Amino acid sequence: MAMSGLDIYKLTPKTNCKECGFPTCMAFAMKVAAGGVEISKCSHMSDDAMAKLSESTAPLMKIVTFGKGEAECKLGGETVLFRHEKTFVNRNRFAVLLSDAMSQEQIDAKIANMKNVDYVRIGEEMKAEIAALQYVGNKDAYLALINKVKASGLKVAYMLVCADVSVLKDALELVKDELPIVFGANSNNYQEMVALVKELKLPLGLKAPSLSELYDLVENVQKLDYKELLLDISNASAREAFTNAVQIRRTALKEQDRTFGYPSVVFVNELAKGDKFMEVALASLFTMKYGSLIVMDDMDYTRALPLFGLRQNIYTDPQKPMRVEPEFYPINNPGDNSPVLITVDFALTYFVVSGEVERSKVPAWMGIPDAGGYSVLTAWAAGKFSGSVIAKFIKESGIESKTKCRKLIIPGKVAVLKGDIQDSLPDWEVIIGPDEAMHLPKFLRTMEGIN
Amino acid sequence: MAFKTSVQKYSGSIYNLELGTGENTLALGGQNVFPFYSFDGDTGSGTKIGLEILDVYPENWVKGLKELYGSVVGNTVEWAKYVEEKFAPDFICLRFEGADPNGLNKSFEECATLAKEVANAVKLPLVIAGTQNYEKDLKLFEKVAQELEGKNVLLLSAVEDNYKNVAAAGVTAYKHKVAAESSVDINLAKQLNILINQLEVKNENIVMNVGTAPVGYGFEYVASTIDRIRLAALGQNDKTLQMPIITPVAFDTWDVKESASTEEDSPEWGCQEERGIAMEVSTAASVIAVGSDAVVLRHPRSAETIRALVNNLK
Ligand code: B12
Ligand code: SF4
Repeated sequence: MAMSGLDIYKLTPKTNCKECGFPTCMAFAMKVAAGGVEISKCSHMSDDAMAKLSESTAPLMKIVTFGKGEAECKLGGETVLFRHEKTFVNRNRFAVLLSDAMSQEQIDAKIANMKNVDYVRIGEEMKAEIAALQYVGNKDAYLALINKVKASGLKVAYMLVCADVSVLKDALELVKDELPIVFGANSNNYQEMVALVKELKLPLGLKAPSLSELYDLVENVQKLDYKELLLDISNASAREAFTNAVQIRRTALKEQDRTFGYPSVVFVNELAKGDKFMEVALASLFTMKYGSLIVMDDMDYTRALPLFGLRQNIYTDPQKPMRVEPEFYPINNPGDNSPVLITVDFALTYFVVSGEVERSKVPAWMGIPDAGGYSVLTAWAAGKFSGSVIAKFIKESGIESKTKCRKLIIPGKVAVLKGDIQDSLPDWEVIIGPDEAMHLPKFLRTMEGIN
Repeated sequence: MAFKTSVQKYSGSIYNLELGTGENTLALGGQNVFPFYSFDGDTGSGTKIGLEILDVYPENWVKGLKELYGSVVGNTVEWAKYVEEKFAPDFICLRFEGADPNGLNKSFEECATLAKEVANAVKLPLVIAGTQNYEKDLKLFEKVAQELEGKNVLLLSAVEDNYKNVAAAGVTAYKHKVAAESSVDINLAKQLNILINQLEVKNENIVMNVGTAPVGYGFEYVASTIDRIRLAALGQNDKTLQMPIITPVAFDTWDVKESASTEEDSPEWGCQEERGIAMEVSTAASVIAVGSDAVVLRHPRSAETIRALVNNLK
């Protein structure tokens, strides 16, 4: 439970020595409780008091780290139930499930998809970050599967889904350097499981038939002084899984009970029962609401395009819109004959449009006035992307000396601006581009009089 | 210690609203909790799913979907009947793409006549979507509302520039329901609801359309706007935000590159139709997760998936 100012005051020496910069121990304690100052600013606290305090001032939800080097992932550390209250911090991660019961062809196909789906969207790498390796009963095949993934060249974190401690021992010999997740502790094996992972501090996934049994299991594991945990929420039905996701997050953040202050794992692949679109629906649901590690049956572009876009949206900081610097950006090495395109300084828009111009291979200058960090229509509706803003930008940016070409392409969605811009820039030919950036390559390639 | 379910009680609840008539009447709203939070209280009427049909041939729709519908898409009335029989959605969204002044610019009379024929041919409740040109929609909705008197349809949508006429004709004169459309902002949503209330239109006749965006394209604003609207409606008992929410997901998920790029243009991405369904399904599931009470979808496969999702979560 969180401590009140009064609780903290009781732990101070109550000498009012002022060394912390506060007039009284009480004033200091109140500020600590409000999160305004670190307890370490008082150097007179006893060790015992410090231990009590660090326990209660620790984050309500733990950050769990796994994977090595490039493949390192962090989950958890969330502080709010709704993103507008502050922000969601550590984005959920996607795993693809492989098992010793699958044929070599199935495994190869999934690995090939994981390799194939790896792209950058607005500066962020998009891919399935985790290989979830499930032990179904054939130990030799399981170890061979681990070796196969290791040899595949995939840069992923590993998750060993296995409740058999003796199999895990051998499996860990193969991948312990990769700092994998060990998933499968339950009420029968948790002591051995903790012993297995404790030294390396590997995250341990806990599984129980119900939420209250899961709660008891966490308490038992914590009694063994182990706190690198992930909680399985899947259970039998989507309904139960969703309830578990909400209850776990709420218990941690609202009730301030750290027993459930851990990231969650949801086996969407099992809940979707082989239906690809259901898998997309459920993975979206758990991206919105409190799924931390989402296990998928596969990761092809059909799944990836919506899911990674959604995740990127939901995990942006609502206080800081993603912007690019207003400026002229050269694309495909433009010269003094290249045309000029205009768009806005919203990072998403810039990313989408510049990608299409690159794809067209047509050298061009891309001009970005200060449009308040908004999308084309939002900026236009807010009065920040008007004819005068664009004309002023063209005149003052120095672009007129960089290119002799006087073709200015504006987004199709603001076709209404053409007249205004044309009046202010009589030397330029204002051209209305397509509505959607995806039509730009064809548009540019077939445009006359450029390059 | 033992685990104790964390329960959140709210003082406010969402209005009950009914669309359509007779045995196919459709209820929206009624809940006093967040979607699927049955551990907190009453989840109300649950999520409703509509399929989109057009007044014209769906030229720009993905090939597989046109093939799936076959020849019925040549005739809107047949199309509506087919959708009702074959896919049994909760409602049909008839969208007047052909009325767009920048397109075929069909006359109000022609549209209203078609609306009436469709309404007489099916039993399902109708949602009538306009052209998103507020001047044209103003007249269009007036005419359609008049022709459909007694059918209790939803007019999607009234905006700041035409709400007076749309709400007055639609609700006051001809007893339909109106969707109040605002642009992803809680204050704008609230303001438009209040303005419509000032026309003596009660909350029980209003649905909100607070804006939509496909996943990956500013969807976080839609999500946070709906979160905040629901916290105000339930937590602060704000009566001016307690209307059910409808989201026309199909209206933009099919236009973004992920759905619209052909297999020739993006061979590495695979089947275009599947990508389109996945974008639609993901956006619908996400907007339902935050609190949308109804979604308009284009592909029957998306509707089937979302139906199964909400049934699984009930
Ligand atoms: C998210 C959003 C917001 C966010 C802002 C997000 C941001 N950073 O921009 C918030 C909530 C803050 C917002 C606010 C407002 N919004 Co707003 N918003 C949206 C929403 C839902 C998505 C916008 C988005 O991210 N699009 C994605 C980007 C990539 O699109 P884009 O920039 O247009 O780029 C595409 C094309 O234009 C083209 N393109 C871009 N550049 C170029 C360049 C060239 C040369 C070419 C050829 C093509 C091209 O390619 C891109 C991809 O295809 C849209 C509705 C919608 N579904 O689109 C409404 C929308 C844009 N908003 C709207 C409005 C009215 C507003 C407000 C004015 C409301 C108000 N009165 O307060 C405010 C304005 C801001 C302010 N504070 O004053 C309206 C605009 C109406 C209109 N037709 O003019 C819209 C359309 C909603 C609606 N239907 O009413 N909004
Ligand atoms: S430094 Fe410690 S003991 Fe001294 S006033 Fe501050 S809180 Fe009290």
